[in-house]
Amino acid sequence: MSEVPPGFYLALAGLMFTIGAVGALVRRNAIVIFMFVELMLNAVNLAFVTFARMRGNLDGQVLVFFVLVVAAAEVVVGLAIIVSIFRRRASADVDDVNLLKW
Amino acid sequence: MDLSASLIPGPDYMGLTATIILWPLGTALFLLLFGKRLSTFKVGGREIPWAGVIAVLTLLRSFVAAVAMFVDIVGVELAEGAVGHGGANVENARTFTVHMFDWMQVGGFAVGADFLIDQLSVVLALVVTGVGTLIALYSIGYMHHDPRFHRYFAYLSLFASAMLMLIFGDNLLVTFVGWEGVGLCSYLLIGFWFERPAAATAAKKAFIVNRIGDFSFLLGMFLLVAAVGSLKIEDINAAASGGQISGGIATIAALLLFGGAVGKSAQIPLYVWLPDAMEGPTPASALIHAATMVTAGVYMVARMGPVFLASEGDLALTVVAWVGALTALWAALIACTEYDIKRVLAYSTVSQLGYMFLANGLGAFSGGIFHLITHAFFKALMFMGAGSVMHALANETDMRKMGGLRKVMPITGATFLLGWLAISGIVPFAGFWSKDAILAAAWEQGEYALWGIGLFTALLTAYYMSRLYLRVFEGPLKHDPDVHPHESPWTMWVPLAVLGGLSVVGGAINLPWDLRLEHFLTPVLGEFEVPHGATAWILAGVALCVAVSGIALARFLFLTQRGAELRARLVTGSWLDKLLTASRNKFKVDEVYEATIQRPGHRFAMFSAYKVDAKGIDGVVNGAGALVAWLSDGVRRLQSGYVRNYAALFLLGVVVLLSALILRVGPLG
Repeated sequence: MSEVPPGFYLALAGLMFTIGAVGALVRRNAIVIFMFVELMLNAVNLAFVTFARMRGNLDGQVLVFFVLVVAAAEVVVGLAIIVSIFRRRASADVDDVNLLKW
Repeated sequence: MDLSASLIPGPDYMGLTATIILWPLGTALFLLLFGKRLSTFKVGGREIPWAGVIAVLTLLRSFVAAVAMFVDIVGVELAEGAVGHGGANVENARTFTVHMFDWMQVGGFAVGADFLIDQLSVVLALVVTGVGTLIALYSIGYMHHDPRFHRYFAYLSLFASAMLMLIFGDNLLVTFVGWEGVGLCSYLLIGFWFERPAAATAAKKAFIVNRIGDFSFLLGMFLLVAAVGSLKIEDINAAASGGQISGGIATIAALLLFGGAVGKSAQIPLYVWLPDAMEGPTPASALIHAATMVTAGVYMVARMGPVFLASEGDLALTVVAWVGALTALWAALIACTEYDIKRVLAYSTVSQLGYMFLANGLGAFSGGIFHLITHAFFKALMFMGAGSVMHALANETDMRKMGGLRKVMPITGATFLLGWLAISGIVPFAGFWSKDAILAAAWEQGEYALWGIGLFTALLTAYYMSRLYLRVFEGPLKHDPDVHPHESPWTMWVPLAVLGGLSVVGGAINLPWDLRLEHFLTPVLGEFEVPHGATAWILAGVALCVAVSGIALARFLFLTQRGAELRARLVTGSWLDKLLTASRNKFKVDEVYEATIQRPGHRFAMFSAYKVDAKGIDGVVNGAGALVAWLSDGVRRLQSGYVRNYAALFLLGVVVLLSALILRVGPLG
């Protein structure tokens, strides 16, 4: 059984990133945006791992661990913020949170 | 130089100099800091403030020290043939330099706080401290009602200190410190009653006009430093008389220095500040604007004589002589129609200073100094006499409202009479000898035009001083009905009496047949030719006749019935009337200055302030701010507050950056 070529993985990563980016821009629910952001992060992770495989070293894999750790921390902070916004406004719609502007 | 060598075996010149200069300075500081707390004491039912007593005693102390210095100097044996201003190579043994401390040292250029003691500086120190003591004593009586009494005496002491520093300065920089110091005190005293707008304006005018002269003086110093490499008067004079500086440089330097003298000594074209300076207290006018400060220019020109003598083709001296002669004439013309007694005296001072510069310009430096001294006596006397009149008449200065005051103020009247005869040039009063010496020098040098101007000015001088004296003191008693003229207290008339005596006998220091002062000053100032024999007698006789005719003319016009009628008939139309009107308007010099300098300057300032500064500079600064505000007004719309907008821009930015990276670096991998 032949190997899946790396280009496929990269194409998948690109597709996932695009879906994530578009989703993060078009959706209003903070939780959903959050999930799209996670999707973008994982697309990047997939790209990193593919690159590591293509170059035959571990640099990409190491970077993935960093991304995972930072993403975990980010999820903790982000969810806390979303929960706190929801408590105040009974809504997680990001378009409702627009006070900080000109 | 080795200080001890110059001081041993001589007396303690360092101590004497310090006493003369620093005591008045210390008194000034003390009075400024604590003067307000000083009380008064009573003598003969009269309150005398301690502040005045301290100032008088300080100046007296300085005077005594100056006398001691004078006695010491006279005691020094003088080598045969010591002639100053490069006339001979014999050292002037009566020159001493006192080195207080090193002031500054820049590379090879050093300036010390050095003081020069020689015949000239000691003689002038005697005049300044002597007349200063008398005027300070007089001021106790004159100023006793003033709430800022102590401050007046502080300024007076400060002035004395600065003036003495000017006189004793061994280098031009020390002299310049004194020069600026007296200018400051002049400003402070002219504006002493600064509540009066006229006084405040006059003070500013004096300061600014003097500034012009001081600037010229500074330029002269710069040029001399560049040409000679030293500011020591001794070095500069030696270089000038030794031919180390070229005639052209010497001419420019001399004229620049003379520019300073023109400002300080109120000569054409910078004389306009002195008449206005009469807004100050009268004793201050007597000391600063008659006897001492205004003569600083005369002293400086005489002191720097070799620089003037080194000038190409005597150009500098010619300029000095002509400026002096024309100023003498010009101011005398104005004085003839002035009604304010202090202003008559002010114009008279300008005119007499012109005589001194005429003497300097003829190279007759000691003649100028001689007139400086006698003028200090009789002009201080007359100023204080005028002050005494003002004191008696509730500060009235218009001579049209006065008359016959000798009957109620016998001492003031009698002493003023002495001053009047002295300045008019009546033998044997002091002014006759000194003025005659200058005119004789002009004649001897063949400068008949200058001699003629001087003689005509002498006529005018006799006329306008007689006009002043006769209108104020002679004739029927006349004054405002609500004042009660009275003789002034002893603190005021004692100085008048002393100066009156000096106005009579002051000429004795330099009588034409023994020329004691001139010979005393010769080692410093050099010699000048005076006529001898019959010429001298004829010239003196002519001067005397001219003075007598001036007095007779004034007496005819102001004391006789026919004279009064003649004056009444003169009022319309004639050329004389036009001249009188022009003179009464002071020849509109102030107006011309206002139109040509002041108003364009004002316009330029307004243009700078409201156009260049407010529009131009502020415009650039405000414009920069406005531009940023305008730009941010557009850009701030980006801050919509919608987090998805930010995310979209974020993405856009990433795309742009990545595209740029790829386009510039090429495809990844």
